Amino acid sequence: MNALASNASVSTAYHPRQGGHGQVLRIENFSLWYGSQQALYEVSLDIERGLVTALIGPSGCGKSTLLRSLNRMNDLVDGVRTSGRILFDGRDIHAPGTDVIELRKRMGMVFQKPNPFPMSIFDNVCYALRVDGVRKRAVLEEVVEKSLRAAALWDEVKDRLEDNALALSGGQQQRLCIARAIANEPEVLLMDEPCSALDPIATAKIEELIDRLAGRFTIVIVTHNMQQAARVSHNTAFMYLGRLIEYGDTETVFTVPRVEQTQEYITGRFG
Amino acid sequence: MLHEHTVKTYEEDLRGLKAKVQRLGSLATEQLERAMACVAHPRRQDCEAVVRDDVELDRLEREIDADVLRILALRQPMAVDLREIIAALRISVELERIGDLASNIAKRSAALDALAIVPSVGGLSDLGRQVRRRLERVLVALSRRDLEDAAEVWRNDSEIDQRYTAIFRETLTYMMEDPRTISAGIHLLFIAKNLERIGDHATNIAEMVSFLVTGREAVEERPKGDASIEVSQQLAPPGS
Repeated sequence: MNALASNASVSTAYHPRQGGHGQVLRIENFSLWYGSQQALYEVSLDIERGLVTALIGPSGCGKSTLLRSLNRMNDLVDGVRTSGRILFDGRDIHAPGTDVIELRKRMGMVFQKPNPFPMSIFDNVCYALRVDGVRKRAVLEEVVEKSLRAAALWDEVKDRLEDNALALSGGQQQRLCIARAIANEPEVLLMDEPCSALDPIATAKIEELIDRLAGRFTIVIVTHNMQQAARVSHNTAFMYLGRLIEYGDTETVFTVPRVEQTQEYITGRFG
Repeated sequence: MLHEHTVKTYEEDLRGLKAKVQRLGSLATEQLERAMACVAHPRRQDCEAVVRDDVELDRLEREIDADVLRILALRQPMAVDLREIIAALRISVELERIGDLASNIAKRSAALDALAIVPSVGGLSDLGRQVRRRLERVLVALSRRDLEDAAEVWRNDSEIDQRYTAIFRETLTYMMEDPRTISAGIHLLFIAKNLERIGDHATNIAEMVSFLVTGREAVEERPKGDASIEVSQQLAPPGS
């Protein structure tokens, strides 16, 4: 179990599944304030390497804030203050001298609304590589094909890689964003409600993709769709009012949750 | 105590489902009681009424089936709600089977009444009472979601098995002594067996109460007291 559980002042029920490959991220007593407003209260949890971890909870519970803290996206918000630590591969992401660009490269992110750049499909996928100075066409082509295949989009776009990405459907755009995020082989994929703007078929394709990417990548997904969290994740963290209430293996969380608040939320009895 | 669901119709769906299962439980208990009255005083019209009224239990079970299907499709229930619904589905099957067995007891009582020689087997009414108490207790445990009471019912299965074994032994002895009692003896054995089966269904319901409350069915091995197979081997004439 989590060694931090006993030290945390907020009591959380911990029963996560172990992935067998250690923890890629370790969140220790992490608190966050937007100005004077506290959004996270001493959250502690370990993200298992290679597994899919879902963050669930009602609006305003802090799940997106927590997700965005992992690759320091919250640095971009004015007046944000934090305490506690987030260790990525054992290193404090807030330590002085941390290269934030490098950090975000190792933690790809997919957002709620697909946000392809207004350029060709090909250029979208190899954007990050080009920024890194990769110029060789053969290398770029290889990465584009590999990433699009991994994102289950290759067959649909292989004949029109030079078309504008904005011409794709919403579901295709989202898979393109996933291809773009995995093009430079990050260790972790952060997904912030990746299906909330998609229809059920496109959603099913993304879920299938998450299944396929698990193992190769560690995935942390924020979702409002509880059935989706139940389907795609190995571990689920339930948050409420900035606190981590329960963190455990998904099957237990959705069938026999340990905490009544979790039960109330997932069965639709909240507030 | 859990709060109500945000969606009121969902709350009503679940409450309605629970009420139907309890109603099916009452009907099954009543059918058992009436069937045992037929054993004590076999009157043709009473026996026929028990058999006829079994259709009501069948109808209610089908209704519960349909409700479960609809709720699963529309609400995607989770956690305790999901267990509640699965338990309702499985318990209704147990109760419907109890109804069938009670109906069969009534049918055999009528058949017994038509026979010339019926051995008097002690303990059949007692067995019936014991089984009925067991059924009533488990239904109360179900309505209260009472784990302790359910566990108590679950553990006490062996008393019924022992009594059933005793009736089996006695009936078999009659049949060996006087072949004219064989027809009646077979009916009596089936009645006793039906009662014993009803006891087993009550045990299954107790397990469902455990599943409902804890998410686990009882894990201990079931206590077993039915020794009728050994008895028949002991009583059988050598070489047969």
